[in-house]
Amino acid sequence: MSSKDTVSKTLVVAFFLCVVCSILVSGTAVILKPMQDENRILDRNKNILSAAGLYDPSIHSDSDIAELFSRFTPRLVDINAGRFLDAQEATELGIDIASYDQRKVVTDPALSEALTSDEDLADVKRRALYQMVYLMEGDGENELDTIVLPVSGYGLWGILYGFMALEGDANTVKGLAFYELKETPGLGAEVRNPRWTALWPGKKVYAEDGSVGLTVVKGAGMGDYEIDGLSGATLTSRGVANLVQYWLGDDAFGPLLKQLGGRQSQSLAALNQE
Amino acid sequence: MTSAKEVVFKPLFDNNPIALQILGVCSALAVTTQLSVTLVMCIALTSVTAFSNLFISMIRNYMPSSIRIIVQMTIIASLVIAVDQFLQAFAYEISKSLSVFVGLIITNCIVMGRAEAFAMKNPPVLSFLDGIGNGLGYSFVLIVVAVFRELLGSGSLLGYEILPLVSNGGWYQGNGLMLLAPSAFFIIGLFVWVLRSVRTEQVESAEFRIAPHAAHSREGAF
Repeated sequence: MSSKDTVSKTLVVAFFLCVVCSILVSGTAVILKPMQDENRILDRNKNILSAAGLYDPSIHSDSDIAELFSRFTPRLVDINAGRFLDAQEATELGIDIASYDQRKVVTDPALSEALTSDEDLADVKRRALYQMVYLMEGDGENELDTIVLPVSGYGLWGILYGFMALEGDANTVKGLAFYELKETPGLGAEVRNPRWTALWPGKKVYAEDGSVGLTVVKGAGMGDYEIDGLSGATLTSRGVANLVQYWLGDDAFGPLLKQLGGRQSQSLAALNQE
Repeated sequence: MTSAKEVVFKPLFDNNPIALQILGVCSALAVTTQLSVTLVMCIALTSVTAFSNLFISMIRNYMPSSIRIIVQMTIIASLVIAVDQFLQAFAYEISKSLSVFVGLIITNCIVMGRAEAFAMKNPPVLSFLDGIGNGLGYSFVLIVVAVFRELLGSGSLLGYEILPLVSNGGWYQGNGLMLLAPSAFFIIGLFVWVLRSVRTEQVESAEFRIAPHAAHSREGAF
């Protein structure tokens, strides 16, 4: 046995290796964290803007995002009560609006809830109690221009995450953009194809009776409520239809949207004070 | 004594880690649907192989043989985490599409194989170059696979449209198979075939020969 193979030498080498490697790993993680956080926020804002149809990669670059996004106000929504929370309520709940991530809190029992199988149309299992939505005021006095909602739902291989943008009347679709999915490239992943997402703007959400009329159908989607399904991606299309049905429906953002839609003439400020 | 030039360039064709040693094929299937993602993966793997070889070679004379593999794994894993952090900071979009595959460099057989086979027996600088060389050998195959898969599957290269797709109003019907993992097997297979046809010394001798059909001599036995 050579001298480097003694027990004490082995322990010494193992100890120093651990120290050096842990400094390397934690050092890079800590130093690069601010840049990574910035990237994450930039990416999220870009997704919100593309859902609202305000971001076009061929015209805008990353440096324009901050300016474009400055027109949006993030608001926290209590999804069960169907109302906005003010800054004080958010602080009481321990939520920092700037860094809140409703996808992260889904594992936190205090800030999320399990869905029963009857409710869970989108097949997401759990949802955050407080959801971040983004509002953009219009050019007119206190007019609501765009509402961006987070949506998610199970497709074929996994959960699709995206944002859905509605016009200020809370009834007309402005756009839909998925930023994370596991669908088959060339088939289900075509939900991100600009030619398909271009079918959404202008469609109506709520039918006469107040239920969610917007859906994805097989064949040619006709009328104000139907979107042409993706060929070769029946299950992904069905997943998208379900998530629209769920998140815009009465169990999720429906009550809030109806309230917003009915009050378009009123000032946003008044709504915020509730 | 092996020369530096030999160490860097031999793994490209003569001793390619994927085509001859058939190592690291798993990531070659997973990250080759888009050329841009492939290029970042190649840079990540090459730097991990080079630096893990360098560090392992530097401490090779102090490394107790009983914990040799654990020490190598710890160094490789630390480097991979560091690379992943750098990607998230400087190439966020691509790090999202690479997702778990950066982390899986830890288990890439090429990295471990070079550490054990080369860095443990050679000086640091030469080991570093060996890491670069094997990274380039891996990169070469991946880039070839990615060019075929992105061009024939999505009609583009590095995101620029080359063959306008029918779904975007063009004439080219994208080959769906190219977007799925098995197509990488076919392309790597064809690559190995071409390489071994040109360099016949890489053809492995058969492990056994199928015996000639001998049933006629036993006629009547059944």
